Order: sequence, then structure tokens, then C-alpha cells
Amino acid sequence: MNRNSWISRAVAVFATLTPALALADAAPTPDKGDNAWMLVSTLLVILMTVPGLALFYGGLVRSKNILSVLMQVMVGFSLIVVLWCLYGYSFAFTEGNAFIGGSGRVFMNGIFEPYSGTFPLAATFSKGVYIPEILFAAFQATFAGITCCLIVGAFAERMKFSAVLLVMVIWFTISYLPVAHMVWFWMGPDAYTDASVVDAMNAKAGLLWQWGALDFAGGTVVHINAGVAGLVGAYMVGKRVGYGREPMPPHNLVHTMVGASLLWVGWFGFNAGSALEAGNSATLAFLNTFLATAGAVLAWSAVEWALRGHASMLGAASGAVAGLVAITPAAGNVGVMGALIIGVLAGVVCFWGVSGLKRLLKADDTLDVFGVHGLGGILGALLTGVFNTQQLSGPGLVTDWVTVTVGSNPIPTQVLIQAKAVGVTIVWSAIAAFIAFKLADLLVGLRVSEEAEREGLDTNEHNERAYTN
Amino acid sequence: MKMITAIIRPFKLGDLELAVARLGVQGMTVTEAHGYGTERGHAEFYRGAGYLIDFAPRTHVQIAVDDAIVEPVVDAIANVSRTGRVGDGKIFVTDIEQALRIRTGEIGVAAT
Repeated sequence: MNRNSWISRAVAVFATLTPALALADAAPTPDKGDNAWMLVSTLLVILMTVPGLALFYGGLVRSKNILSVLMQVMVGFSLIVVLWCLYGYSFAFTEGNAFIGGSGRVFMNGIFEPYSGTFPLAATFSKGVYIPEILFAAFQATFAGITCCLIVGAFAERMKFSAVLLVMVIWFTISYLPVAHMVWFWMGPDAYTDASVVDAMNAKAGLLWQWGALDFAGGTVVHINAGVAGLVGAYMVGKRVGYGREPMPPHNLVHTMVGASLLWVGWFGFNAGSALEAGNSATLAFLNTFLATAGAVLAWSAVEWALRGHASMLGAASGAVAGLVAITPAAGNVGVMGALIIGVLAGVVCFWGVSGLKRLLKADDTLDVFGVHGLGGILGALLTGVFNTQQLSGPGLVTDWVTVTVGSNPIPTQVLIQAKAVGVTIVWSAIAAFIAFKLADLLVGLRVSEEAEREGLDTNEHNERAYTN
Repeated sequence: MKMITAIIRPFKLGDLELAVARLGVQGMTVTEAHGYGTERGHAEFYRGAGYLIDFAPRTHVQIAVDDAIVEPVVDAIANVSRTGRVGDGKIFVTDIEQALRIRTGEIGVAAT
């Protein structure tokens, strides 16, 4: 037996006998593999927004408005990332109360120590596993950014650029930050040292986290939040001039397909990166994201083929996005076949969302933000409650963070928890959106003039043409 | 001199070019256009929204010719462009008052 293994075995035995003396003195060092994965995931989510979402939306509007959509996404994303680093991260992900965090990290104060060169660490979902907090903050910045940009689709082709930015600032502050805090903020697994601290640690977490709501990558925080805000905005901004009478088909479905494909690829960072480490949970989320989306593409295409006679490119692209939305809360929380079922159901349900439901709602939700993101998010969040259980081959959930025991809730129990979280998110987002749009209307006015709308937002709001030939 | 304006199905352009070249036509001007005739309107679906699209793609061809070959050219165009289905298009013949070749300054029939 060689000397090295003898020593390491002795140390291991010693460590288990005397846990208090064991290797705990050494500060945990982030694993380079985890760091690398999270850096890549962050990049992938940026790709989802610029250019993914920008092109997906851009191709769906008329050519006279494409630049306005690209601008609202690109500038909006930039604005939110700045606000995130100024105050957003702090109020979402530091300790505060059940609804909102604190000001400890305003201006990213303390995100690294300049004099010592120390980078504070952020917890993952595994005890003893950490990533640098600055990396977690960067990753989450992309989530805040894309959520605010999703809303743009609902009021596309008629809203003032200044009003869009103003709505984003307000809604980001009063809806995205609290919902992110309520669903995702907790003290981390290492805070659960023994049974006596569990209640105290739970009480420091966000409200919906305390309720036990499962949201892996943002079904509530991102999709329901944005979907509902978009719908409220569509009602408040009003319908486009000529809506229902004049044809307004997409001007470039090639852009839309490219955008949807970038969304699919980038979404692997969105979902699998939400595992916060390059471990098993990330790999499960990865395959689930892959399979659910494929199932949704097939399901939407099949429904469209059956009902309308043809499977269209727009349908396939929309199906993909619907599947991606629905699997977002479920990605690391359901088994593989559960993911497939979620994807297929999303393809069918969201098809109804953009047709039958859209007619019922009577809003001009231009790019179906509610029909796809809102409805898909609600479906995915509820089905997460169904397919999480180990009895349906799901991974279950941690029932005791002290011992990291994994178990399952009865399906009705978990679905009810999910439904409550969905309900809170819908109501909160709707009220916040109402306030945001109302304020923007009072300050700058929401809509461009009818003449500007007729001519196109690109020339009127941005003094530019996309296509000069 | 006559201006022959032919509005045809886009995929017929290649056949038209070959057909008139055989008759001595040395040039034409082609634009992409939209139009409708008796077949006005068809439905397209984009997600939940059905649109009645009036206009279909067309190719608009203009050829300036000498009076002597007007009839053969018109017949040739009509024959190659016809599919027998609604939407085959139309040919109009109008009079040209004057024509000039820019490079050489030739006017009249020599310019066609």
C-alpha cells in the first residue's frame, strides 16, 4: 500500500470520528468545474436575450417596427443589468424579510474585498459546495434582464420607447425583485446545522420558499411574472390601430426561427445553470430541457397539423418556446418522462393559449407573452407539483436540510403549494404592472400617436430604418 | 414601338426569357410585384390569428419591341406563362412615343 493512500484513509477516519476538528477550518474553495459551468451558463442566458429573444420577437412584428423591438430588448436588458448591480441583487438575494432583501449589497458592496482579494462565496444546493457570490450575482442578473424584456412582446408596435424603459424600471423594482426574493432566497444548506436552528433559518427565507414551492429556474419568477405583467400592459396600452381588421403577419419568420433556436440553446444555461453547480442536478435539468422542448415542438406541430391542415414554422418555434417555459420550474425537479409529458402538454395547452384563450381575453397581446409565458409558466409550475414525486420517477425534494434527506410530498399537497405560489405571483405581478404602467402613462404617456404607429416605430421613435433596400 | 407589360407567375420568368430571346428580344426590365385578379384572397394562419391575404407574389416584366414582332412576342409569353389555373396573369400592350439608348444616343426602333 502506498504512503499517500494510507495517510488519506487515516485522515478520513479521523475526520468522521471528530467532526468538530475536521477539515472545517479550511474555507471552502469553489470548484473550478462549477465556476466554469456557471460562467458558461451566464453566457448562455445572455445569448437567450441578445440576440435570441430580440430576433424571436423581431421577426414576428411588421418590418417597420423591428428595430423598436430590438431596441427595447437590447437597451432594456442593459438597463436592468445596471440596476441589478446598483441595487437589484441586494434586494433580491440578501437577508431582509419574507418579501424583500436588504441593502447590504447595494452598489455590489462587498461582492469582493479589494484589499484582501477575498471573494465571498454563495451557497449552492449542496452542503460545502460554493460558487463565488459575484458569479451568482452575474448569473441572476441575466434572469432579471430577460424577464423584463419578455414583457416587451405584449405591447409591441405601439408603445413609446421612453415609456417601455420607465415601466421596466418600476416593474423590475416592485415585482421582479420581491418575487425573486420570495421564491428563491434562503440561507443555504450549510445554515441548517442541526434541528434546533431549522425554524429560525426557514423564517429568514422568502415567503414562497418557506411554503415549499418548487421553482427550479423561474416558472413563477420569470414566466408567470412577465406573462401577467405583459397581459396587464396589453390591456392598459390598448390594441394596435387596425387590429382585427388589417393583416399584420410576421415580416420575417427566419429571424423568429433563429431567435427560437438561440433561446433553446441558451435555455440549457438558464435551466441547468440554476443547479448552481456542475453536478447531477444540472445534468437532469439539461436532459429535461432537451426532451420537454422536443416534445412540445412535436405536440404543437401535431395539433396545428390536425386543426389547421399544416404544421408551420411559427408553430414549431412557438411550441419550442412553450416547452421551454413549462420545463423551467420543473427542470431539476421532475424525472425524464415527466419532463416529456410536461413538454407535450405545454405544446397543446399553449396552442390554446395563443388561439382560444387569446380570443377570450380580448387583449392585443401582440406576441403572446401571456399565452406562452404566462400560461406555460402556470402549467409548468403546477405540473412540477405532480411529477416531482419519486413515485413518478421524479427526484423528490429535500425534506430535511440538516440531514439532507430526500423524500416526496403527496401530489395533491405539492400541487396545492405550487398553486398558492402561482396565485401570489399572479396577483403581485398584476398589481405591480398596473402601478408601473399607470405611472409611466402619467409621466410620459404610454402610446405613440396614431400617425407614428401607422408609419412605424423605427422611424418615429428611433429615426432609423432596418431595411433600406 | 410597343411596350409589352406582362404580369406573370414568378416561377415562369425563366421560361419567358428563353421564349422571347428566340424572337430577337434583346432586353427587358423585371420587378417583383404583388397583385390579385379574380382569385382574390387566401387565408394564412400565424399562431392564433387568421389573415385574409389579398395579394399574391407576381413578376412584372416590361419589354420594348418593334411593332413587327409584337404579336409573336405576346403569343410566346402567353403560351409559356399559361398553367390553366386562376392566377396566370395578364399582358398589356401600350404604345411607346419615344425610346433612347443611353450609351449610344440611338433613338427609335434601334433603341428597343
